[in-house]
Parts: sequence; C-alpha cells; structure tokens
Amino acid sequence: MEVLKIATAGSVDDGKSTLIGRILYDTKSLTTDKLAAIEKTSKQKGYDYLDFSLATDGLVAEREQGITIDVAHIYFSTAKKSYIIADTPGHVEYTRNMVTGASTSQASIILIDARKGVIEQTNRHFFINNLLRIKDVVVAINKMDLVDYSEDVYNKIKADFSELMSKRDYQDQKITFIPVSALKGDNVVNRSENMSWYTGQSLLEHLEALDKKDIFNVGTPRFPVQYVIRPKTEEFHDFRGYAGKVYGGELSVGDDVVVLPSQTKSKIKDIYFYNEKYQTASRRSSVTITLEDDINVSRGDMIVKEGDLPTIDKQFTANICWMDSTQLTPGAKYVVQHGVNKVLAKVDKIHHKIHPDYSGIETDVTGLKVNDIAQVTFKLNKPVFYDQFKNHRTNGSFILIDTQTNNTVGAGFIQ
Amino acid sequence: MTIMKKDTSHINSLENEAIYIMREVAAQFEKPVLLFSGGKDSITLVRLAVKAFYPAKIPFPLMHIDTGHNFPETIEFRDKLVKELGLELIVRHVQDSIDEGKVKEESGKYSSRNSLQTTTLLDAIEEFKFDACIGGARRDEEKARAKERIFSVRDDFGQWDEKNQRPELFDMLNGQIDHGQNVRVFPISNWTELDVWSYIEKENIEIPSIYFAHKRKVFLRDGLIWSHSEFVYQEDDEEVLERMVRFRTVGDMSCTAAVFSEATDIASVVQEIRDSTISERGARIDDKRSEAAMEKRKQQGYF
Repeated sequence: MEVLKIATAGSVDDGKSTLIGRILYDTKSLTTDKLAAIEKTSKQKGYDYLDFSLATDGLVAEREQGITIDVAHIYFSTAKKSYIIADTPGHVEYTRNMVTGASTSQASIILIDARKGVIEQTNRHFFINNLLRIKDVVVAINKMDLVDYSEDVYNKIKADFSELMSKRDYQDQKITFIPVSALKGDNVVNRSENMSWYTGQSLLEHLEALDKKDIFNVGTPRFPVQYVIRPKTEEFHDFRGYAGKVYGGELSVGDDVVVLPSQTKSKIKDIYFYNEKYQTASRRSSVTITLEDDINVSRGDMIVKEGDLPTIDKQFTANICWMDSTQLTPGAKYVVQHGVNKVLAKVDKIHHKIHPDYSGIETDVTGLKVNDIAQVTFKLNKPVFYDQFKNHRTNGSFILIDTQTNNTVGAGFIQ
Repeated sequence: MTIMKKDTSHINSLENEAIYIMREVAAQFEKPVLLFSGGKDSITLVRLAVKAFYPAKIPFPLMHIDTGHNFPETIEFRDKLVKELGLELIVRHVQDSIDEGKVKEESGKYSSRNSLQTTTLLDAIEEFKFDACIGGARRDEEKARAKERIFSVRDDFGQWDEKNQRPELFDMLNGQIDHGQNVRVFPISNWTELDVWSYIEKENIEIPSIYFAHKRKVFLRDGLIWSHSEFVYQEDDEEVLERMVRFRTVGDMSCTAAVFSEATDIASVVQEIRDSTISERGARIDDKRSEAAMEKRKQQGYF
C-alpha cells in the first residue's frame, strides 16, 4: 500500500471542503460519531442537505465564517492506497498556504465552479502547481448540478483552461479534466449517472490508478547529514554513524562517495536501519551510514556519489514565494535553510516579479510583499551544495527565516 | 548480513518521516524531552526514538505528567519500559499543582484532572528549561489537531496561536525560537490510528494490558462505558456491571471511556480498528464537552 499526498486549490465557495467531505463520505471514511455531528449541525443551520465542509473546517472561526483559514490535513484510505489531503484556503491570501500544501504533495486537485468558469484565481492556482512541479493535476469542474450537467459548459471551461496550459513552464505536467458535483456525489467516488457524455474516470478512480512512477521525481542521490551518532559504549567504541535521509536516488554499500564541503573521498562501509545492516538505502529512507575512512563529518555536510556532484557555490538565483507581512528588500539578510543546512544570506538583487496570473513579469522592483513571487539572487556567507529545482525537488529548494522573529518568511526554488 | 532493499511501503514511509523528525529535534534543540503518557502513541514514539539513534541511547529524557488518576497497568508498564531501555524518566504530579493552590480540583459528575495537566506541564517545562517537547498527537485524531504543525511554536505562556503558524515546506523544519519559547514536536502527525496499531503489530511492540479485552467493572452514562473507580464520580442509580471491554485510547481514568470488545490479541485489535465505525476520540469524554473542546485546551497550552 502506498501513501499519496494531494494538494487542493479552489476559490472561496468553489466547494473544496464539500468535495473532501464527499470523498470521505463515499469512501465510508466518516465514522458514525463524526457523521452524527455533521447531521446535527447541518440541521441546526437549517440545511436540507449534509454540509460536508463541517468534516474538515477545524477551527472555531472557520466554522463560524464558513471558510478555511489554515492548511488542514485529512486522512483516508482505500484498499489500494493511503491518502493525505492538504486542504488549503481559497481566499486571496492563499499563496503561502497553497505553496506550503503543494510542497509535500505529489498530486493536486484544482477546483473550478462550473457557473463561473476559469477566473483569475484559477490562473494563480495553476501557476503554483506548475511552479512547484506537481506531476499530476486534476481539474475538477464542480457544481455541474447547477448548470444542468451541461457538456457545453464543461467543454468551454476545458478550452479556456487549455489556453493556460500553453503558457506553463513545466510542460510534462499531466492534466486531467473531470466534471463533478461534490454536493450530489457525481464523479467524485462513484461515476455519475447524470453525465453520460463523460466517459472518463471518477476523481477517486483517477487517484487510485496513479502509479509511483507517475508521481515521484527521481534524480541523483543526495545524503544531507542530519546528526552524527557516536554511542561511545564499549560495544560500539569507535562507531561514527551519519544519520540522515536519502533523497533523489539510492545509495549502496561500496559506493565511492565525496563528502561536501571538504570534498574528501571515501566509500560507504555500512548502511544501518536500526540494528540491521542493508545493502542499499532506497529513496527517502532514514538510515545511518558509516564510511571506510575516519574523516570529520558534521551536521549540514552532504554525502554524494563520486562524479555526481551538485553545484557548490556561495550564491544562487531562485524563484521565491514571499510569505511574510514585512517587505523583502535588496540588501536585507535572512537565514537560508537548505535541507538541514543553515547559512546567512543577503538579498543581492530582485530581478523581477512574476505575476502568478500569467500576465507577465514586472521589472524595477524595490521590494516584495506577502504572496509575491519573484526571481531573486542571494549571496551566502558559506557555500551550499545545491541542484536546480527542476532536477531535484529536495536539493533545489530552501526556506527563508527572519533573523529577528525566527519566522519562516519565504520559500525558494533554485534556478 | 541481510541482502535486501528497504521497501518504502506506506507504514515504512511514515516511519522514515518520524525518524527524520526525531533526529531534527536532537540536532536543533538543546533540551528536548519526550512527553510520555503510557499510551500507545507515546510508546510508539519511544520505539521510533530508539530506532532513530541506534546504537546510541535516546539523547533526551522522558517526562510523565501524572494526574494521579492513572490506570495502574499504565504506570507499571511505564516503569518497566524505562528500566529495560535504560532511559531517564521525569515525573511531575498534578496533585502537587493542586496542593500548591495553582489549580483547583473539578467537582461533580464530569469532573476530571485532564485539563489540570496543562499547568503542571507548563511549570515542568519552565523548571527544566525544555525547548522542545515531543508528543504523540496525530492530525487524524481531532479537527483542531488537523491544523497542527510538526514543529509547533508555543509562546512564553505555552499558548498555541493557531491563526499565526509557521508554514512548513518540504521536509524542512524550522526550529529557531526565542528565549522562553518552546516547540511542541509531533513526529507521528501523519499517522492514523490504524497506522499506529499496524506498526505496533509489525514491530511486536509491548503495550499495557488495558488495550486488550479484559473483564472490568464499568457503568454506562451518555452512551459511553465508564470505569468504575474511586477516581470517577458515579451517581447512585448508575449500576455497576462487569463486562469484557478494552480501551482504544488511554488518558486518565476520568476522561477515557472503554469499548465493548473481545479482542484479546494485537491481530484482533487491528481488525477491530479496521472495522470500527466510531472514531477513536468518540470514546474521549474530554472531547465531548463541546465542539471546540480540543482547540480551547490547546490554546491554553494543553498537548
């Protein structure tokens, strides 16, 4: 059984929470007590239907205002897969939350209200999915029940959206259109009986059919050292293990490796997972590695295969998404957290702002405001070992931390 | 030597993620602590921590905030586990907070010491200057917990500012905090109840006996099965019955309801959870207080 993380995007009232509630209901993931609570509250509010959004909106303010404020994580599983849905807010200040939700997702659902069609927000939602290089995107055209399940409406929206697709950067993204009614349950889990003109899969059928190779990015192996394990016990007196997670590919015992930044060469001696030794550590496994040679390795160093080195540099240019209410200006200093490595960074130049509605770029930028996306060059006080985001999702991304408040204020994708 | 690839199926990927988080805590903080209740989630955390740092010992202590109204089986289990693994255990008592006049014992039909734990916990964090507290909360448990971060920053008063949380991107965990602040860390955030049980089964982890079906004196109230105990208020007309029950979640005796069950081993417990149509916290008396019960407690510094 696999686990699939899905990001969702939609404007206010597009019915995102209702869609998720519907998935939970139709997959029988809502337990009796949760369902009873939804029935009770729906009745209190005077609805003649079940308000499934009540299943996901977790904060008091959200239930009062009927909106989603913060990213919520929803879990359900079928016989085939385990799913985690990141439910992100649809209101204007969505960028920060959507980027956050999308950063850990392999697939994404963009909701469009069939009555409204492709609107400015849709452009933005698609832009972010493309920026984050989400491999599989479903465009769910919702509220089909309110447009008489019309094929013409569906085709019009599909044509409008296809225009957007020609503008995207990441052309390999797979996009699937599905007409749905979250409220009535058409094509969400079960196929609709109201749209005989649609012969494709339901939303869940589509997700169930996704294969690992469709959704995971594979690149070169990178092993950032998280923690050095030195037990100093009698039994493991000289043990020096490097604990970390393998990204991008596999590492095996006997591999010729280089430790960065010292560029010292060695060989992988053993790969431990708990008290067992393995021949190979697969992608995303949290292992402990020992090396043949007794060399000095500490947290923030990176072990890579010989002949397969990342870029080692004291500057990089990246597309960043700014997430804080303070302004980012040239000359300002931040902490760059790149994996487990932290360095001090100075904003060298803001090249241009990118309009996430595909309306072009803006040069002569003096500062970035919350939710702005821009191309920025940073100078660093120590070298980092990076790949381009398009080649390596993990080793090509970083976060920006405010040196005073310690808040996470931005996310970057290295070019 | 085992010649095989580590497979990354569902439960393994959750395990890898949790181990990564444990190691980030040890690396990023000066004084972390693992909050241990004796329940299955915190037992799972201990197992994950053992795996994360092998062959070294877990580089932080465990702390139990003891309400004094525990199931005795849980305390026995706790002490045995700590001894076997050679861990350091800190215990702080809600009774002391009551005796010092910091909190007032609740009275009446639904009285519980569950929410009093918060004061004792916050005092202990201050006493030991802990900067990170690892806990077994999961996002699938409850609506307010679904919004929780993996590294969740608390202010000097231990409060959760739910509307102003740090975004968490990719695998990157930002543990930078100011003096006086601390971080609550939730390594099994993305696990469901079934995942925890499946892991306990797969890893053959020992858990307290009250998680398995046993004969117990109980009484029924509001559709829930309450333990008959000196710590639980009981009306005269609430009849004591002896039934086969087990607990799905273990808090203190006054806030944890039992379920009828015949599941006496781990395989049948897993099957029972799989087939269950009631959520785990459906048997938590503390959550029944109101729709926003958990959110309110969390704002005040509860786990």
